[in-house]
Amino acid sequence: MTTLWIATLGTSLIAFLLKYSGHSVPERWLSHPKVQRINALIPIALLSALVAVQSFSEKSQLVIDQRVVGISVATVALFLKAPFPIVVLSAAISSAAVYNWL
Amino acid sequence: MSVSITVGAYGVAFGAAAVANGFTVVQACLLSLLTFSGASQFAVVGVIGAGGSAISAIATASLLGVRNALYGVIMAPHLKVRGLKRVVAAQITIDESTGVALGQEPRGIVAMRKGFWYTGIGVFVFWNLFTLAGALGAQAMGDIRAFGLDSAVPAAFLGLVWPRLTGNFERALAVGCALFAIAMTPILPAGLPIIATAFIAIAVGLKR
Repeated sequence: MTTLWIATLGTSLIAFLLKYSGHSVPERWLSHPKVQRINALIPIALLSALVAVQSFSEKSQLVIDQRVVGISVATVALFLKAPFPIVVLSAAISSAAVYNWL
Repeated sequence: MSVSITVGAYGVAFGAAAVANGFTVVQACLLSLLTFSGASQFAVVGVIGAGGSAISAIATASLLGVRNALYGVIMAPHLKVRGLKRVVAAQITIDESTGVALGQEPRGIVAMRKGFWYTGIGVFVFWNLFTLAGALGAQAMGDIRAFGLDSAVPAAFLGLVWPRLTGNFERALAVGCALFAIAMTPILPAGLPIIATAFIAIAVGLKR
């Protein structure tokens, strides 16, 4: 089994167990306000970290390349309230332009 | 309809992101079929793409999947299903199906159930078809940087987190976690700078 297969199947198994447990455990276990609050904050933390790492690193090194342009354009698009497909496409097009022609 | 188009766009983005980060088309499709939770799936390919281990990838994705357990808690008393039907209901318990069902609450239990099942199954079908399309498209590209796919992945994460940044507190947490992850990247093994931010969120959530 490779890393990719372990990641694929392991994630899938736990994802299902989490979903199924929600349907099966007593409500009071998970409806505590602190649990709810932390649950709202975790995606913000993890996704923000992923944005940063995917934009500015190559393995364990920090790098500045065409992705800086892409993520900057995406940020502008989001400020302008662009829908998701436009955000992703504008990032891809601007980044590809820098990579291919600069 | 607009839900379908949005789901399609995310699905294409995910399929392409998975292949861009080294996953095969089959693995990308299995993630969409079996994991079936957008943010978790993006997290797996993101962490692996950043050089993280399988354990870091699974841990990050699972922390994001906890949200679905809470949705299950909310939905279970309304659905009242057992056996195989509960297994199916659990698999389609995601942001969209729960959101639509809760939106139908004023119109009664039948409308709620209908909203949950139709949305869950509809999103499941669209999400998987478009994942396949995105994965095949990315596979045909060769050098993904020439098509800007290396930027499309972080842009997709940014698009996912953006609607959650509802106040100054949330925005400060997002910026803090982004800076923390960058600062720790050269120091910690790949993947850990990302998971570590979940503990920042837990600490902040407990104190607040």
